[in-house]
Amino acid sequence: MAGRPSIPTNSSALIAIIADEDTVTGFLLAGVGNVDIRKKTNYLIVDNKTTVKQIEDAFKEFTAREDIAIVLISQYVANMIRFLVDSYNKPVPAILEIPSKDHPYDPAHDSVLSRVKYLFSSESVASDRR
Amino acid sequence: MSGQTQRLNVVPTVTMLGVMKARLIGATRGHALLKKKSDALTVQFRAILKKIVEAKTSMGDAMRNSSFSLAEAKYVAGDGVRHVVLQSVRSASLRVRSHQENVAGVKLPKFTHFVDPAAGSAAGPSNASPSLTGLARGGQQVAACRAAHVKAIEVLVELASLQTSFLTLDEAIKTTNRRVNALENVVKPRLENTISYIKGELDELEREDFFRLKKIQGYKKREIERQMIAAKQFAEEQLAEEVALKRGISVGAATNMLVAVVETISCDAGAPESHLFIEWRRFCFRQ
Repeated sequence: MAGRPSIPTNSSALIAIIADEDTVTGFLLAGVGNVDIRKKTNYLIVDNKTTVKQIEDAFKEFTAREDIAIVLISQYVANMIRFLVDSYNKPVPAILEIPSKDHPYDPAHDSVLSRVKYLFSSESVASDRR
Repeated sequence: MSGQTQRLNVVPTVTMLGVMKARLIGATRGHALLKKKSDALTVQFRAILKKIVEAKTSMGDAMRNSSFSLAEAKYVAGDGVRHVVLQSVRSASLRVRSHQENVAGVKLPKFTHFVDPAAGSAAGPSNASPSLTGLARGGQQVAACRAAHVKAIEVLVELASLQTSFLTLDEAIKTTNRRVNALENVVKPRLENTISYIKGELDELEREDFFRLKKIQGYKKREIERQMIAAKQFAEEQLAEEVALKRGISVGAATNMLVAVVETISCDAGAPESHLFIEWRRFCFRQ
């Protein structure tokens, strides 16, 4: 198994969030927010002033950080950087697309769920595909 | 690709045949094991697939609940609550622990969330450090909102761990199936071809040896016959010489006489030639 990236086991990891202000506020209230000594946050609030470049940078930073295990990203934000999300294929941190309040959730856009759906339908039609 | 080209380049010997047979057995065993592994992974994969679909639907519910509760909290506590929350973030109290689970030799990551009581921020859960958010009004709604979001996080963490397992398993199954197919369609036929090639070569060698032996045997037989004939001629000549000495006639005459006698005897008896000499010898001595 040389090609497979190893999965780090650590006792304590963070959840990163890239979403609109309301969603981020809610999760911060729940206690996932983290600000380290260098004032680096583990969340990005996306509003109408946020550029795609900023989102891209945040996504790249969160996926590269060692202490983040899960990246929650609002689906409409994920759609803005779809090429990045789709090309991401590491197991850790896990990218999770979440529905946001203002935008209805579309399972067809979710990179993982579309594959799940594809497998599910093919499984029911021809179960011996694999 | 024909069967002949798809074989290993080996010297056809009995030793190599043994080696190839051992390798074929190894390949067969490996193939069976990998097939089993692939089956085990597929079972796990299907289970995860079902769970993911369930979790995705429950995620929708959880997110809707949390959004509603946030709206309630904002309505009661005022819009300023979000600034309080955003300003008071220090360190995360709700964290994720990741560990590995081993399914048929494939390590799957699993996430579990836990509350870190040491790192309580102002926006942290009330049992960690009392939050001042919503102190003026709407404290209950803020607490409900927090609970709803913690619940949503629970579902999301579960989903993330499932999703990660899904991706890892998918990759593992692909690799395993590739290996199974490679063994079945490339390695095993090649070894079988090599074994049949070696067997054919060995048979050919054996036939060649047999032919060679036959040839030598025939040659030896012919040689013995030739020597026999030579010996016979020599004996005849000697006999004629002897007769010539006894009778005092020339060797040529003696030979002629002998031939004549031999002819008469052979007409009489029809005995084998070797027999004739003895007869002839007796005849000579009697005279």
